[in-house]
Amino acid sequence: MVQKSLQIRMAGESGEGVLSTGELVTRAAARAGYRVLTSKTNPAEIKGGHATFQVCLGPVPMMEAKDELDVLVAFNEEAWQKSGPDLRPGGLLIYDSASFQPPQDPDRSQYAVPMTGIARDRLKFGLAKNVVAVGVVAALFDLDREVLCELIEQKFSHKGAEVVARNLEALDAGRDYVREVLPQEALFAVEADRRSPTRMLLNGNQALSLGFLAAGCSFFAGYPITPASDVMEFLAVQLPRVGGVLIQAEDEIASLGMVLGASYTGARAMTATSGPGLSLMVEMLGLASMAEIPCVILDVQRAGPSTGLPTRHEQSDLFLAAVGGHGDSQRLVLAPTSVADCFDQAVNAFNLAERYQVPVLVLSDTVLASRMTDFERPDLAKIPRWERLTARPTDPDFERYQITGSGVSPMSLPGTPFGQYVATGLEHNPRGLPRYDAANHAAMSDKRFRKFSKAALDAPEPFRQGDPDSELGLLTWGSTTGAVASALQELELRGVRMEMLAPRMLWPLPDHQIGEFLERKKRVAVVECNRTGQMATLVASRYNHPHGLGRINVYGGAPFRQAELIQKIEEWCQHVR
Amino acid sequence: MSAENTSPPTEDYRSQERPTWCPGCGDFGVLSAVHGALSQLAIPPEKVVAISGIGCSSRFPFFLSTYGIHGLHGRTMPITTGVRAAGRDLHVFTVGGDGDAFAIGGGHLLHAARRNLDITYLVMDNSVYGLTKGQASPTSALGYATKTSPTGTTDIPLNPLMLAMVSGASFVGRAFSGRPKELTRMIVEAARHPGFALIDIFSPCPTFNKVNTFKSYREEVADLPEDHDPTDLMQAMNRAACESPRYLGVLYRIQRPTFLQQLERLKTGTEADRPRLMEDLFDEMR
Repeated sequence: MVQKSLQIRMAGESGEGVLSTGELVTRAAARAGYRVLTSKTNPAEIKGGHATFQVCLGPVPMMEAKDELDVLVAFNEEAWQKSGPDLRPGGLLIYDSASFQPPQDPDRSQYAVPMTGIARDRLKFGLAKNVVAVGVVAALFDLDREVLCELIEQKFSHKGAEVVARNLEALDAGRDYVREVLPQEALFAVEADRRSPTRMLLNGNQALSLGFLAAGCSFFAGYPITPASDVMEFLAVQLPRVGGVLIQAEDEIASLGMVLGASYTGARAMTATSGPGLSLMVEMLGLASMAEIPCVILDVQRAGPSTGLPTRHEQSDLFLAAVGGHGDSQRLVLAPTSVADCFDQAVNAFNLAERYQVPVLVLSDTVLASRMTDFERPDLAKIPRWERLTARPTDPDFERYQITGSGVSPMSLPGTPFGQYVATGLEHNPRGLPRYDAANHAAMSDKRFRKFSKAALDAPEPFRQGDPDSELGLLTWGSTTGAVASALQELELRGVRMEMLAPRMLWPLPDHQIGEFLERKKRVAVVECNRTGQMATLVASRYNHPHGLGRINVYGGAPFRQAELIQKIEEWCQHVR
Repeated sequence: MSAENTSPPTEDYRSQERPTWCPGCGDFGVLSAVHGALSQLAIPPEKVVAISGIGCSSRFPFFLSTYGIHGLHGRTMPITTGVRAAGRDLHVFTVGGDGDAFAIGGGHLLHAARRNLDITYLVMDNSVYGLTKGQASPTSALGYATKTSPTGTTDIPLNPLMLAMVSGASFVGRAFSGRPKELTRMIVEAARHPGFALIDIFSPCPTFNKVNTFKSYREEVADLPEDHDPTDLMQAMNRAACESPRYLGVLYRIQRPTFLQQLERLKTGTEADRPRLMEDLFDEMR
């Protein structure tokens, strides 16, 4: 069957190789020139529970996964029960005959492949079941064997030549079984894109980590939390290689405290966390705002509130990030719209934090964190670098918090003579000394908020798609951008004219992007994965759109499914017409 | 090191800001001792960072001519850790009260001590909350009556010295604001000590604590015996636990790898290696 794209899901017991099988197939496919997009689910518990790994591959970049599977590889009965309904009519079910026997169904083709049996009985190497599975999946769309061999050699070379050889044998056993037993019409042919062989394969957390490193991050303090920990684990290896420091703090309050201490001395400093950790950091965020200490905080959002659903998806930390905390404080919030954009927004976060001496929060999410896509290799020479405005005073009357037109005051770094000042969370005068008079508090608040307004003008370009002349508009943010973009493509085919805007700076709201969009559209709905309509609420707090804003939300702990989103958008179109 | 004749005048370490403390506050003595110690140590003011939390004594950095951070209540240790890690050439003094150190900041103290941060931590311990006008602190005596404990506290006081020792501090001392010469000397010693040095300083609050006063402390304290061995943890523990007398002096002092030494050991490259590392990572992540 020749297909434009192919979506395969592997599903089974967590900890038994579903993810490693999927990742190996995906990496091989990417190296063979396919554009890929993956997603995965894993339980919050360490061992046991149901896990899935899904890859969609084809010749063109994809913004979002398809709802329906072309192929389901079920390692056990639960996998078939849970994922079976997602298999499209006419799809292919491959199941491990060692563990169960699904009933026949005329709507699909199904084949037993004794993956456990091949590994255990024929190869006498039970551990190789995953690699047999890789061979099986790869053979379904005739994935280049050479690429697979190269990856298997890389993966197992540290265990010696014999282990490599036995795994290659397992790979071929899986491939051969499919090629010999399955009829030709059960297999797929999908085109690849062979133009750009330098593409990388990354998930969102990796893209963010690389971006922070490229942006000059030299200090990280953090406390492990799902789904952000792998950023810390990555930087723990890399930062010492550039003379940087990573500290595992005793909690998230300490994490951000350490970051502020490091930044005070001039380091480009950051932490990474998820919702519960960000809640703990809120007081420290206020100090960063008040004392004007640059810092970057990555929040890989998960479903909340409280401990919530630690491995599930939601975009519900926007209120906390933008306006959480006591007093009038200013901070910037960025939200990457795709895995590739994670890299760019990581760079922007440091640049904005340093230029405006403010905390910058980056809101990623569970979908971006666990999604792998192919990724154009960045050109280091083209990565912008904005520096902090520092002072080298020549007399002791230096004013660290000098009132300036931009609101940005030159900052002296410890060690600089005549630059001494105390960074304080108390309201202070330009010298940094505690002062409580009304005129001073108003003047200093205004100074700090001038930075905030100016930073909006430096907002990264938003993601736009669709018909600029249409009356209907959709606003969205974060990983939901991909879902909306895909839905719009489908709706366009059905004759629906619309334009979408996904700002990458969410706080302050960039008027030249969002205000301008709202002015051009007769009706606008905000699409986001939360119950409270957090972006919609913030946008409505600033702009008075004549018809108000429509809201399109899901909040079950999973991203929008395409069909569901298209239906909700169509319903909204009907409603406003 | 102690070339007295080359010491800058103590004036060099004093700021123009007038202390906010009540007349008779023990913290004045600590401030003079720090001015004196910095002068003896002859560290240029711009190389010093004084970090505090919130509380009467935490206003301290404003009264020094050095760099400083007056941060959040209880969070001195995290901020200090960041300054220490990223500001290698700086001299770091952390200052604050007993509430800041042992109540709201208690959790952080353990970890700063474990890490053996290369800092000097001066706790101005008055066994009462001054800035909020007289509530019990973690070092208030059992039964101490305050507005929030009208019939007396029911919690036993925490022993800061023992806490520091079991947490891994490598220099633990006790001093008294009423004995400024000894205090100055101990601060100099602590600053020269490689690693985490904590000095718990009896610093009476004449306004809110009528139990622990200059007079009462003078009656309770005694110098450590001449033969005290500060490398003997159990002896140090015993003497820290002793209530009568309450010993002044360096109870415990050992050498072990410091935070900065450990960080340096981990580093395998420099900032100059960043572009090549990035290209290598791009290659690896194909």
